[in-house]
Amino acid sequence: MPRAAQQTLPDARGHFGPYGGRFVPETLVAPLEELERAYRRARADRGFAQTLNHLLADFAGRPTPLYFAERLTRYLGGARVYLKREDLLHTGAHKINNCLGQGLLAARLGKRRLIAETGAGQHGVATAAVAAHLGLKCTVYMGEEDMARQRLNVVRIEMLGAEVIPVVSGSRTLKDAINEAMRDWVTNVESSHYLLGSVCGAHPYPMMVRDFQSVIGREARAQILRAEKRLPDLLLACVGGGSNAIGLFREFLGEAAVKMLGVEAGGRGSALGEHAARLGLRSRRNGARPGVLHGTYTYVLQDKHGQISTTHSVSAGLDYPAVGPEHAFLRDAGRVVYTAVGDEEALAAARLLAEQEGIIPALEPAHALAELVKRAPKMRRNQVIIVNLSGRGDKDMDILSRHLPTGMA
Amino acid sequence: MRKRRGKKKAIRKRSLLLRAKSNGLRAAFRRGKRRGPALVAYVTAGDPSLKFTEKLVLRMAEAGADVVELGVPFSDPIADGPVIQRASERALKAGTTLPGVLKLAERLRRKSAVPLVLFSYYNPVLQMGVERFAARAAAAGVSGVLITDLTPEEAGEFVRTLRRHKLDTVFLAAPTSSNGRLRSIARLSRGFVYLIARRGVTGAPTEVGGEIKGLVKRLRRSTRLPVAVGFGISRPQQVAALDGLVDGVVVGSALVQCCEQTGHGPAALEAAAELVRTLKEARR
Repeated sequence: MPRAAQQTLPDARGHFGPYGGRFVPETLVAPLEELERAYRRARADRGFAQTLNHLLADFAGRPTPLYFAERLTRYLGGARVYLKREDLLHTGAHKINNCLGQGLLAARLGKRRLIAETGAGQHGVATAAVAAHLGLKCTVYMGEEDMARQRLNVVRIEMLGAEVIPVVSGSRTLKDAINEAMRDWVTNVESSHYLLGSVCGAHPYPMMVRDFQSVIGREARAQILRAEKRLPDLLLACVGGGSNAIGLFREFLGEAAVKMLGVEAGGRGSALGEHAARLGLRSRRNGARPGVLHGTYTYVLQDKHGQISTTHSVSAGLDYPAVGPEHAFLRDAGRVVYTAVGDEEALAAARLLAEQEGIIPALEPAHALAELVKRAPKMRRNQVIIVNLSGRGDKDMDILSRHLPTGMA
Repeated sequence: MRKRRGKKKAIRKRSLLLRAKSNGLRAAFRRGKRRGPALVAYVTAGDPSLKFTEKLVLRMAEAGADVVELGVPFSDPIADGPVIQRASERALKAGTTLPGVLKLAERLRRKSAVPLVLFSYYNPVLQMGVERFAARAAAAGVSGVLITDLTPEEAGEFVRTLRRHKLDTVFLAAPTSSNGRLRSIARLSRGFVYLIARRGVTGAPTEVGGEIKGLVKRLRRSTRLPVAVGFGISRPQQVAALDGLVDGVVVGSALVQCCEQTGHGPAALEAAAELVRTLKEARR
C-alpha cells in the first residue's frame, strides 16, 4: 500500500477502513474529544516532543539496541536474526514508550490521577512508574487470575506507590480489567486520565498509542540500515492488542519489500475459548468476527449471539478477545499476515532464546520467537529478520519454572 | 411450511395493531405525566429467566409503569454498575439471547399495551444484523431502541434502518455533552431523550440538584421531545424533586436489586410492584 495512504489513517473519526471508530456511552465522548484535541496540539508542539524525547532517553533508556543474534542465527541455519531489545527498557517492556507520552498529556490536561488496566502487569508497572515520576495518583485494574500468574508485577506496581484493584468479574483477565477501568473513568472523568495500554479502544487511542510506539520502528529502520545497509525482509512481533507490533511495523508499511507477520496466541486449541487468535486462525469454529468491544469495531472472539468469548493463553499479555482496529485493517488489506502459536511452542521458544543467547524473553514475544523458529530456516542466509523482543521474562519465572524439563526446576 | 408462514403473518398483523393502540412513546409520556413524571421501568431480560421477566413486566405495568425498558444482557456491560452486571451474568447463565428477548417482547405485547423499549449494547444487535434486528423488533411490537454504546456519529445506518421499520431511536445525553452534541442527540432521537443524571455507571445514588436542572434546561433548548432522567434514581424523594422538571424518570438498578434481594419469586414480583407504586405516587 502506498506510504501516503497509510499515513493518513485513521480518518477524522478514527476509522481504519471499516474498523475503529468510537463506540462508547455518551458520557465518555467529551473526554475522548478533549484527549484527541490535546494530543493533536501536543503532536505539533516542539516542546512536548523535547520533553518526551528526553524522558524516553534518560528515564526509559532509549534508543534500545538492535542486537544481532549470532548464535541463534547459526542454530536456525537460515536468515540473519536481529532482536529489537525493548526488553531492556526501564520497567521491562515497550509499554513505557506509550505511558510516558500519555502521562505527559495527562499532566498537560491537568489530570491528577491515572487509571490503567493491565494483563501481564507490564503496562501497570510502566503506568505506575510514570505516575510516580510525574507526581500523579495511580489506580491499576488487574484480573484476579492475572494477579496470581504475574505476582511479581503486582508487587512492583504497589512498590511504585500505585493501587492495584483486583477484578473478579467475567474471565478475571485483561478484558474484565478494561471494563472496570472504563467504569472508573466514566465516574471520574474530570480528575482522571485513562491511560490505555494498547492500540485498542475508542478513537483516539489506537492512533495515539500507535504514534507513541512508532519510535520502535523508527530506531530499528536506522539501525538495520547501519548494520546491514539494507531493509529487512521480514518483521515479526506478537499481537495481543497489538501495540508493540504496530510500533515496529508502522515505519516499514510503505516498503513493499518488507514482509510483516503478527503472531497471536494459539493457546491450547482452535475451539472458541481455548485461544486468543482473532486474525491468525482460519477455523470456522474459532469464533472471530468483526464486532464492537471496548469502544472500537474490530475482529472479536464471540459466540453467535454477540456475547464476547473468554480466551486462553499462557501469556497474560496476549489473552484478549479483540485486536487493535488497525491490525484488522492491515489484515484485510493483505499488508500484514497474521498467524497463531500455541502455549507449548512459545514456552519452548523462550527456553531456546535463553540457552542460545542468554536472554530470557517474556512469554508474549516468545510467541514471535516460536514463529521465527519456523520461518528463519526456510529463508536464505543473506536475508534479514527483525523480531520485536517486546519484554523481558522476569515476570514469567513462576510459569517458566513449572515448564522446565524435569530435573532443572 | 406454508402454514407456519401464515402464522407469522398473523402475529405480525396483530402486533402492528397493538402497537398502534399503544400510541408510541410520546403518548405514554403524555399519559404518564398527568400525575408526576412518567415512570420508565428497566429490567434485565432473562434475570434469572425470561419467564420471570415476563411476569415482572406485567406486574410493573399493572402497578403503573408507563414505559418498560427490556435490557438485553451483554457479557461486557461497561456502562453498568455491580447490580446490573450481576443481573446480566444471571441472564446469560440462563442462556438468554437477543432472539429470546425479542420473543419475550412479542409475548408481552399480546398481554399488555405498555410501550417496550429495547436497551442493548451494540454488539448483539450488530451480530444479528441491524436490518434483521429492526424487522424482528418491529414485528414483535417494540416501540423503541436504545443502544448504550452507540453515539450519533456512528449511528447513521442504524437510525435509517430503524426509521424504515417505524421504530423510535432513543439516544443518551450526558452531563459532559456539549450543546452541539445535545443538538445532534436530539436530532436523532425519537420518542424521548434519555438524560444520564451524572457521571458514572448505573446504580450508584444520584443527588438531584442544580447540575441536573442546568442540564435539563440545556437539553430543552435543543428538543421538544420528552426528557427522561436515569442513573441512580431509586427513592420517592428523588422523583419528587424531579417533578415538574422532567417528563419521566428511569428506574433500573433499584428494581433489579429489589428482585435480587427478594429471591426472584412471587415475593419479588410484589416488592417490585410496590416500588413502582411508591415511585409513581411520589410528587412534589
